[in-house]
Amino acid sequence: MIINHPLLGPRDAQEFVYLGDAALMNRPDGLTASLQEMHDYAYLRDNPAGLHRELWYHEQGDRSWLVVTRNTVTHEITAVELARDVARAQGRSK
Amino acid sequence: MRYSGWRILKEALTGHKGWTAAWRDPEPQPAYDYIIVGGGGHGLATAYYLAKEFKQARIAVLEKGYLGGGNVGRNTTIIRSNYLLDGNEPFYEFSLKLWEGLEQDFNYNAMVSQRGILNLIHTDGQRDAFTRRGNSMILHGADAEYLTRDQIRQMYPFLNFDNARFPIKGGLAQRRGGTVRHDAVAWGYARGADMRGVDLIQNCEVTGMRIEGGRILGVETSRGFIGAKKVGVAVAGSSSRVMAHAGMRLPMESHVLQAFVSEGLKPLIDGVMTFGAGHFYVSQSDKGGLVFGGDIDGYNSYAQRGNLPVIEDVAEGGMALMPMIGRARLLRTWGGIMDMSMDGSPIIDKTHIDGLYFNGGWCYGGFKATPASGWCFAHLLATDTPHKTATAYRFDRFLKGLMIDEKGQGNTPNLH
Repeated sequence: MIINHPLLGPRDAQEFVYLGDAALMNRPDGLTASLQEMHDYAYLRDNPAGLHRELWYHEQGDRSWLVVTRNTVTHEITAVELARDVARAQGRSK
Repeated sequence: MRYSGWRILKEALTGHKGWTAAWRDPEPQPAYDYIIVGGGGHGLATAYYLAKEFKQARIAVLEKGYLGGGNVGRNTTIIRSNYLLDGNEPFYEFSLKLWEGLEQDFNYNAMVSQRGILNLIHTDGQRDAFTRRGNSMILHGADAEYLTRDQIRQMYPFLNFDNARFPIKGGLAQRRGGTVRHDAVAWGYARGADMRGVDLIQNCEVTGMRIEGGRILGVETSRGFIGAKKVGVAVAGSSSRVMAHAGMRLPMESHVLQAFVSEGLKPLIDGVMTFGAGHFYVSQSDKGGLVFGGDIDGYNSYAQRGNLPVIEDVAEGGMALMPMIGRARLLRTWGGIMDMSMDGSPIIDKTHIDGLYFNGGWCYGGFKATPASGWCFAHLLATDTPHKTATAYRFDRFLKGLMIDEKGQGNTPNLH
């Protein structure tokens, strides 16, 4: 698979480390979240067949975190964003 | 029809006109007592033991495609019970014992071959870990044996014993482990279930679940609604998709695991062997092909095919262990979809919906578990209590901190 890095252009997926569902960016606040909320965050996944937004880390490159939109049935990648931009669009880390 | 040597003789003398279909192709009834979703190894084994051991009537198995067309037809056929943890080892040892009597039990030749499995040791730390695992296996009633370098050299003189990075220092052997003809397992269970009145319904995809007041009433399928008192789901690989019909999110991701077969070679490896310094395992089929595999691809996937980097990685593992296979050509590769759970261990449990039961999360170790998985799931469906070897396989173990994490990797499904 080729991941079209927003800054570096097309890169081989082998340069990246895969983490999982991009929802992992939205960790509940550990001081106020309930046990159930933390459990759901840490252990439960949507695991869709089809479009999946997921986190890839460019370890062998510029060490950026990316949010990649990929089809889990065909492996086709349709969008690549910097995770930083996604987080900022959600109003985090202004 | 009972299969036997006499039957073959009789048919040979009468022109083979007496053979009948191994199972019926029935139309679905409006309702059943038990519906098993998934006509793979685990689903068929569940139906078989439910009918045979727990004497339950009116059972149907619903299969989206054809029987045994999923992971039971796509694996590397290894059976073993070499686990460390208390939650796992008794279950897998129960499974190995069932394998040992399986062919007589269901009257079908599944080619169960206890040719032994050998896990190679490459460092002193690994020797300690494997010795501990071997001791744990023995304490749970399984067999385990530490082999020295010289003993292994007698078995497999062609291994690269003095590899500069990964010298072979010994091995942990389980001589009762081995291989089984994987398709025949599905066929044997299917035939045994059918003979006991189970309806095996193929080309019947579950498209929804009818749930009212916290109780399941039946399933919507591509062949209409089918009512049921109890529904058991055993669809590993597609667990999240099917359980989404009940509004459930599961502690697992689906990943693709590739497997490989070389061209046919002269007899070379008489058992199963695993490389301890990378992820590579190999056995040789009766047709002569080396059957081998390694890591999952590592990203969520429902495509039954993987990518080239993992093929390269597996080939490198093989070359490090036995350099001469570089001359052998690869005949086939394929992929199967695994439920990768959050601790690398399976789930056999009730759900919060009355009458809905779940069996899945087998990661890439589901084949060896087939008989015990079927037995324990049948036990749960029939009695509403977990079988004594499967008490740890609960949904709530993540909430309670009771994970069964053989590799100690935490909630990273692609590393288990």
